Amino acid sequence: MSELNSKIPEGPLAEKWDNYKEHAKLVNPANKRKLEVIVVGTGLAGAAAAASLAELGYQVKAFCFQDSPRRAHSIAAQGGINAAKNYKNDGDSVFRLFYDTIKGGDFRAREANVYRLATESRNIIDQCVAQGVPFAREYGGLLDNRSFGGSQVSRTFYARGQTGQQLLLGAYGALERQIGLGNVKMYSRHEMVEVVTIEGKARGIIARNLITGQLERYFGHAVILASGGYGNVFFLSTNAMGSNVTAAWKAHKKGAYFANPCYTQIHPTCIPVTGDYQSKLTLMSESLRNDGRVWVPKTKEDAKAIREGKKTAVDIKEEDRDYYLERKYPSFGNLCPRDIASRAAKEACDDGRGIVPSGLGVFLDFADAIKRLGVDVVKARYGELFPMYQNITNEDPLKTPMKIYPAVHYTMGGLWVDYELMTSVQGLYCLGEANFSDHGANRLGASALMQGLADGYFVIPYTIGNYLSSEIFVKSIPTDHPAFVEAEKEAKERAEKLIGTKGKKTVDDFHKELGKIMWEYCGMARTAEGLTHARKLIQNLRKEFWSNVNIPGSLDEFNPEFDKAGRVADFIELGELMVIDALNRNESCGGHFRTEYQDAGEAKRDDEKYAYVAAWEHKAVDADPVLHKEELVYENIKLQVRSYK
Amino acid sequence: MKFNLKVWRQKNAKAQGKLVDYTIDNINADMSFLEMVDVLNDNLTRKGEDPIAFDHDCREGICGMCSMYISGRAHGPHHAATTCQLYMRSFKDGETIYVEPFRAGAFPIIKDLVTDRSAFDRIIAKGGFVSVNTGQAQDANNLPVDKADAEKAMDAAACIGCGACVAACPNSAAMLFVSAKISQLALLPQGAPEKNNRAINMVNQMDEEGFGNCTNIGACEAECPKEIKLTNIARMNREYLVASLINE
Repeated sequence: MSELNSKIPEGPLAEKWDNYKEHAKLVNPANKRKLEVIVVGTGLAGAAAAASLAELGYQVKAFCFQDSPRRAHSIAAQGGINAAKNYKNDGDSVFRLFYDTIKGGDFRAREANVYRLATESRNIIDQCVAQGVPFAREYGGLLDNRSFGGSQVSRTFYARGQTGQQLLLGAYGALERQIGLGNVKMYSRHEMVEVVTIEGKARGIIARNLITGQLERYFGHAVILASGGYGNVFFLSTNAMGSNVTAAWKAHKKGAYFANPCYTQIHPTCIPVTGDYQSKLTLMSESLRNDGRVWVPKTKEDAKAIREGKKTAVDIKEEDRDYYLERKYPSFGNLCPRDIASRAAKEACDDGRGIVPSGLGVFLDFADAIKRLGVDVVKARYGELFPMYQNITNEDPLKTPMKIYPAVHYTMGGLWVDYELMTSVQGLYCLGEANFSDHGANRLGASALMQGLADGYFVIPYTIGNYLSSEIFVKSIPTDHPAFVEAEKEAKERAEKLIGTKGKKTVDDFHKELGKIMWEYCGMARTAEGLTHARKLIQNLRKEFWSNVNIPGSLDEFNPEFDKAGRVADFIELGELMVIDALNRNESCGGHFRTEYQDAGEAKRDDEKYAYVAAWEHKAVDADPVLHKEELVYENIKLQVRSYK
Repeated sequence: MKFNLKVWRQKNAKAQGKLVDYTIDNINADMSFLEMVDVLNDNLTRKGEDPIAFDHDCREGICGMCSMYISGRAHGPHHAATTCQLYMRSFKDGETIYVEPFRAGAFPIIKDLVTDRSAFDRIIAKGGFVSVNTGQAQDANNLPVDKADAEKAMDAAACIGCGACVAACPNSAAMLFVSAKISQLALLPQGAPEKNNRAINMVNQMDEEGFGNCTNIGACEAECPKEIKLTNIARMNREYLVASLINE
């Protein structure tokens, strides 16, 4: 497949990135000043990229839909960021971090990218500390680490339970500094609605000014998308309300391939859904499974009695409880990986043994830990988490077990990119969660922050020069160029069609319906039959959306309902592609579990047929997408079966 | 539960605003305040009326986007919580609830409950950072930091930039916000080389944006969802004083 050239540099794994950097083309400082770069999104990847490129001398335009670049959803990450510093002297190394990440991703990520990520992880910590990020420290004043799932070393750096916030504020500070210096022009409350291509190269975007509703045209010699993941396709997720796929999806429709859309991460410990009004789900940190024991009653009768309020957890005797993770996975118990813990919870609830009124919830019980350690130790260990749970649910987890259920948390799929993070459109780059490149079929904890910052601080500043060095003769293209006019016209017509529909259903009606379909058929367990059915349901939903949606207000004002409608329209189209991808992948791996492909409940990978990246090319909304395969070649590690029994 | 709401409605920055009455019924005590507004907006949309515009995003108390002034308090009656972390069980059945935007001259209203808080970004752009370019850093452990200082810096860094301090202050002062950033960087060795210019430049920009002065009322600390302490303002004043003397 010649057109899918991943551009992985020659040479041994450990030397590829150095080789690349030593031979990549450079742009001299005088020329950098003449080159304009657009960055969409200001989370860890976007803010880091915008700041770093401006420091180099490029003229940057940065865009975010929030009221300030500091609010991007990277801010909500709790646990930490991995780095192969080996400060603990416990045997960590770049290779080990690389290996853990590939294995955690169920052997579906690209070796060279992941190795580069592990290498750069060390520079990230240096950079962030220098920016004044207040990481946790030991009494000697040096940096502290903690352990996270999927590894046997202590390599996670953290700032209380607010690591994402602190890293983002560091990157935001760097970005604001460049804004103050006049090197970055910031456009807050702007949403990208079209990418503009001229002669096959990305040359700008059309953005909607969310305050005035006006469509605006912006030129760039290159365009970088760092617009985050698409978890909100499920309606309910741990993502922010505004998190969306629109920028990536518009790029996809303009030629950027979308890779592995079916790889979604469902996090096992979230607060269960309580009602139709619920707008989002809240994560309870994975660390709780260190001391919490997950269980449901052994019998359906007991579970029913709990659901109906006739019994409570304490009424169920020890011998009548099913600690199902400990039973099924004795060697890892409650600390088995996210995908496995999530599926087991679903199984118990599907069996009629859920313990919340909706039937979708299990207990996470701290009674044993409290008996063993005392209330004070348990309270201190989980700091803010217990009060947070109590505030949301009005129940004290020190007295009665937490109720939890899996929820959508992260998306490993995204726009296909090569080693340089360029999509299949020349000059169009994609960074962070929005691309597909580093986590394979399942992401390990504390790796998302690492990837966003590696892409933004340490990869794109090198790789973009390799492209822009050949663009130095291109003068800024005026935005009255026909390509801009055409792209704006397209966006305008779509907007007018949407607002003019004046149907009977609200935007949320459609979004909730889509979420139900995705969760039911493309969630924790998928079947060929269900996916085929889901595709029809989504197609019907799309038709109904475009003929029956009701959006209040007009286009030339601040209109959040309209913004939401545009995003839902894209989610519906993405949902269909996810289903197509899940149907194509006749194996189970990581976050993608096809019930037909299992060994007694465990995921069954098919390396012979599916050790490839599925990159989809858009044809038309009504037509089948075209599959391009990038074979995954493993030269340095051996493919193995993951077992936690 | 049932509530009477008096909500600030204002078409745009130039239009005249007013409180509009709404009643809402069948509200579950476990709903968040924003989910209650979602339900109200859903009702309004189905009736063909304009839904209430309000800022919100993460809905887990960390992004700082939500910003409602509820019955006379920034982020409402629940202590140390953002609007999105306020639940309807904090109110009495049948209660009348006033919902207004964060009011301050430096936070102009965009629509209904949505304000423009970009003044905060412009203050940060004047010095809320360490001037270190990507790639210039030394090894992270080369510079030990006293654990107690690191903890204090983290306390200050917890600020989410929501603007509740400004909304709560009768003077519309932004001192708690500005001092949190100045404190964080003043407490860490990485921030030391620029500390004087930082204090002067950020405070000057704060004044230029039209924020008021501190008269030691303490409403900012009382209403801060992240419990940022007044001592930060004292530290900022000290930093500013020292910087002005040195710059003389």
